[in-house]
Amino acid sequence: MKGSIVALTCLLFVAVAVGLLVGPVEIPPGAWIEALRGEEGPAYTILWRVRLPRVVAGVLTGGMLAVSGAVFQALLRNPLAEPYLLGVSSGAALGAVTSLALGLSASAYFALPVAALAGALVAIVVVFEVARVGMRLDTRVLLLAGVVVSAFLSACVMLILTFVRADTLRSVFFWTLGSLSGASWAMIASMAAYATPAVVVLFGLSRHLNALSLGEETAAHLGTDTEHVKWLAYALASLLAAAAVSVAGVIGFVGLVVPHGVRLAGVRDHRALIPLSFLVGGAALVLADAAARTVAAPMEIPVGVVTAVLGVPLFLLLLRRSVRT
Amino acid sequence: MICRLDAVSFRYTGQTADAVRNVTLGVTEGEHVALVGPNGAGKSTLLRLVTGVLAPRAGLVEVLGRRAGDWKRRDLARQMAVVSQVSEPATGLSVREIVSMGRHPYVRPWSALGRNDRRVVDSCLDAVDLGDLSERDAGELSGGELQRARLARALAQEPRLLLLDEPTAHLDMGHEMRFLELVAEHTKEQSLTVIAVTHHLNTAARFADRMILLSEGRLVADGPARDVLTPRRLESAFGWPVEIRDLGSLGRHAIPKRREPEEAAE
Repeated sequence: MKGSIVALTCLLFVAVAVGLLVGPVEIPPGAWIEALRGEEGPAYTILWRVRLPRVVAGVLTGGMLAVSGAVFQALLRNPLAEPYLLGVSSGAALGAVTSLALGLSASAYFALPVAALAGALVAIVVVFEVARVGMRLDTRVLLLAGVVVSAFLSACVMLILTFVRADTLRSVFFWTLGSLSGASWAMIASMAAYATPAVVVLFGLSRHLNALSLGEETAAHLGTDTEHVKWLAYALASLLAAAAVSVAGVIGFVGLVVPHGVRLAGVRDHRALIPLSFLVGGAALVLADAAARTVAAPMEIPVGVVTAVLGVPLFLLLLRRSVRT
Repeated sequence: MICRLDAVSFRYTGQTADAVRNVTLGVTEGEHVALVGPNGAGKSTLLRLVTGVLAPRAGLVEVLGRRAGDWKRRDLARQMAVVSQVSEPATGLSVREIVSMGRHPYVRPWSALGRNDRRVVDSCLDAVDLGDLSERDAGELSGGELQRARLARALAQEPRLLLLDEPTAHLDMGHEMRFLELVAEHTKEQSLTVIAVTHHLNTAARFADRMILLSEGRLVADGPARDVLTPRRLESAFGWPVEIRDLGSLGRHAIPKRREPEEAAE
């Protein structure tokens, strides 16, 4: 496990380097050195204000989505589980669309992420309320409630979109496809404030997640307080997804494909699966974003499109391989 | 007293009849108790009441002097371990990893197994003769080996009470005997208390000190196997004629009879 952590940390550094080096503006080596030394200039601005925040936001967002997906897959013992399962993405979309339609996001730059986060949290709370009986959480009901609440919120989004102007429609369209173009250091700081404690606590739960993968009753016999662990893990995994969505929009497939890929590579123990998913998710999203910025430069493709276009064939390949063995 | 049930009743939600009706019994340290009875008699339900997974709708279930539902799962898992017939999903874990999960209630979050934990895991692997297969993927084990791994996992919890819920239901005769002899050997050594649910009356009679017969949720007999296994009791509980034969050193055996054609037609 130590070996794979080292290898994947290296992969993450390579991805970060690629993310910093590529972009629509070519920077000569001399200017790079000046920028790294802190000398003001166009290269300095591009490196420190544009590319680095974007790369760091990519690492955090990709890592958070992948960890969230890994936890959902463990809790639901369902390979289709992904971070947006509890209505996080459609709740965030409703929040974002509302703030765009009301023109709030034009007046304050933070209005959209805050509204998206609020929407996601409302969706999570509604789904939890439906699925709980006293303090017990029925996983099957949770899954169904998530799907249905998502459908309802998506319908609300569509309803609002019917009445908005064409340019708002375009912003909503790009937001739902996901993008890291709005990355700023302030945003990264608030995201890291969510992500760090959530990932650390989920890592602390990994032994319980291993036990839960054997079934709830067996986990209870092995000393896991199953209801407590389920609540905490669902809530934290959903929070991670909500924080990621509020900043970067709905980036699909990272949360589904990355933990699966790590699992299919033979990692089953969540004490390894969670940190490795974070590393791979971060690296994958940074590389996808680098591709999104360069493939059609100076146009930018939404990064959600890249993750889907690259993620789906990869996922099908992994799926084929696992079916055959 | 390791475990005590006082006038315990339980009903599953949505059912109109109690699955367990007014059962009172006590199990003392070091006893090996077999719970027998027909399908749906409430044997597994009774066991799940003892584990605290189910809560009684009336009466009291106590484990080591504390209500089963009041235990913290982590503390209870250090006193009580369960091996069931339920097949767990193929997790892709190695045999050693499966057995290591028995140390789960002793390890703090964010920390790894300590030296003592690893020592316990090794000795439990050896105890069930899986030392050589410890690095093997658990998915490659045979049914008998897998149940032995799960016994090792339960023993690694270092419990005082071991609950067995038909762990040998899917095993052939040889593997069943091997499993039960391992249980007997380790329970004697560590004066471990065992409550085992089983359908195999004759093997139960040979391994248990005491037999409890349940029928339709009620306790109908409780005592040494020779007293519980009577033709009349078994026929009334199982709805089938039974003959009891004394096979000398093999003990008393219950043998189901073939009914005469006119009897079967009734």
